[in-house]
Amino acid sequence: MSLLEVKNLKVEFETADGIVSAVNNVNFSLEEGKILAIVGESGSGKSQTVFAMTGLLDHNGSASGSVKFDGQEILNLSNNELNFIRAEKIAMIFQDPMTSLNPYVRVSEQMAEVLVHHKGISKSEAIQQSIIMLDAVKIPEAKSSIRMYPHEFSGGMRQRVMIAMSLLCRPKLLIADEPTTALDVTVQAQIMHLMAEIQKEFGMSIILITHDLGVVAGNSDEMLVMYGGEVMEIGKTEHLYENPTHPYTQGLMSAVPRLDDANEKLITIPGNPPNMMLKPVGCPFSPRCNFAIKSCSTVTPNLTKITENDHFRACHVPIEELL
Amino acid sequence: MNSEILLKVENLKVNFNVSSEGDMPWTKPKKLQAVNDVSFDLKRGETLGIVGESGCGKSTLARAIVKMVPAHSGKVIWLGNDLLELNKSQMRKHRKQIQMIFQDPLASLNPRMNIGEIIAEPLRTHYPKTPEADVKLRVRDVMNKVGLLDNLVNRYPHEFSGGQCQRIGIARALILKPKLIICDEPVSALDVSIQAQVVNLLMELQEEMGLTLIFIAHDLSIVKHISTKIMVLYLGNMVELANSNDIYENPRHPYTQALISAVPIPDPKIEKQKDLILIEGDLPSPVNPPSGCVFRTRCQKAQEICSKEKPEFKEAATNHKVACHFND
Repeated sequence: MSLLEVKNLKVEFETADGIVSAVNNVNFSLEEGKILAIVGESGSGKSQTVFAMTGLLDHNGSASGSVKFDGQEILNLSNNELNFIRAEKIAMIFQDPMTSLNPYVRVSEQMAEVLVHHKGISKSEAIQQSIIMLDAVKIPEAKSSIRMYPHEFSGGMRQRVMIAMSLLCRPKLLIADEPTTALDVTVQAQIMHLMAEIQKEFGMSIILITHDLGVVAGNSDEMLVMYGGEVMEIGKTEHLYENPTHPYTQGLMSAVPRLDDANEKLITIPGNPPNMMLKPVGCPFSPRCNFAIKSCSTVTPNLTKITENDHFRACHVPIEELL
Repeated sequence: MNSEILLKVENLKVNFNVSSEGDMPWTKPKKLQAVNDVSFDLKRGETLGIVGESGCGKSTLARAIVKMVPAHSGKVIWLGNDLLELNKSQMRKHRKQIQMIFQDPLASLNPRMNIGEIIAEPLRTHYPKTPEADVKLRVRDVMNKVGLLDNLVNRYPHEFSGGQCQRIGIARALILKPKLIICDEPVSALDVSIQAQVVNLLMELQEEMGLTLIFIAHDLSIVKHISTKIMVLYLGNMVELANSNDIYENPRHPYTQALISAVPIPDPKIEKQKDLILIEGDLPSPVNPPSGCVFRTRCQKAQEICSKEKPEFKEAATNHKVACHFND
């Protein structure tokens, strides 16, 4: 049985201008110990998908469908029940580590609080365990660093603190929402390297949300491409990079300049990402798609399996025509 | 290509005075060397890419060239004139030939002006006597050039997406027909599919109008794509300067090597087998930079000499300069 199973997940927001559907019909599952990358541009619904799973939607948002974690339905649970799951089974780290840490409180207090609250151990013991965890994420001189305030750490170190904090209760699933977007490439390499080590050590599953196709390539087993709140393509990372079968995935891959390639002209995706208030009918990518046929702008394509390798795509146009 | 040298920067230094919390009023502020001894020259039609981690002084360098921050010493020679010695009105003549594009496309546009006014502003400032009909015509022209429909001229910046706002910024820079455009992280705030559009636009315009570009970014793959030569900065110091293919295929400085190795390549097969050179630790404080070679605290090859002597920035091969004691 998979650790996480998401079925027909829908997220809607009630706004002054009407209902905005941010995520539509998302299905995926995640095995234990695997890393799933969710890729998409801003507004594609990648963050809202995981926010809905963990009950972190804004108050005007509502989610429907089913999210089964370890066999238990967790979508729309009460806050009390979710608080338990969120700390001990699912942990999350965010893009900007500074805004996720309390600037007025020492790191020691913030970390110990988690353990005191959830494990009911004494504070001194909690601090001891926190120091071990800071050591595990390679913060130099963890014993003295733990007494510092968040602003005394650099961006990369703060993200390490966040990772350490999220691991305190040994979660089974770690959700990382753009964990390296705010960091420099050299620091990004450090953090991604650390996450891979920690994943091996603790054996948890990871959902990695990012827009960087390079980060996805090196750090995931499976990937899910989202656009306009819908899943465009899902499959094994290596397989998908080799044979992208959706026009959006293909466009995305050729739009990124590669360091190891000659200076060819970049192939762009024309137009702009959709305004979610005025989402196109049918396939959300159809207005920007070079291959769009009539049915694309009327019927939303379903995710269909295309090969043995658990490779799914949502597109009306036959694969042969895209190559 | 015409090999006339447009811009020559010699030993440019920019210092800031910083006082830290708890300093007494009589304590002397500390000196922060944001840009230290940077020299390069730029020929017409070339693109110089400047890369480095945040805080390495790449934006300060760009700003010092157009005198948006005062330089401490050095020379910025623009077509034979040292810009640093000119007064404001003399500088004005040269400003119209050097334009800038900024990182945050929305924040660099005045929200209360419609885009026609925004794009026309440089023209009205530098050529106040231009007849209104001409201004309108030029605005339309330049909007078409950057791929904006000219019927949007009365809209306001908030009505546009990030990519379109960046096109407005480019149009504003182009309307004076400048010779040099300094792009300070022009695509960092944009989505992947939009980045490619803007990069292509800049390259097309460069070819069409014979522009010279200084392109600052922290994304090495984009810089390599657009630049003819690349400068790598670390803590305000130049560590390597070479042609863009050269620097990628044969990086000589340990920092450049690590920087290139850190850039993830969108191909799982390559990425998972790659030997990653990880740099340990963080950027040292620029107020208190390491003695000798600035990179030595994080360098794997560092030896005793590195802490004693500052390596000279010298030619290691043709058109390939590097600042390292061990550059073979």
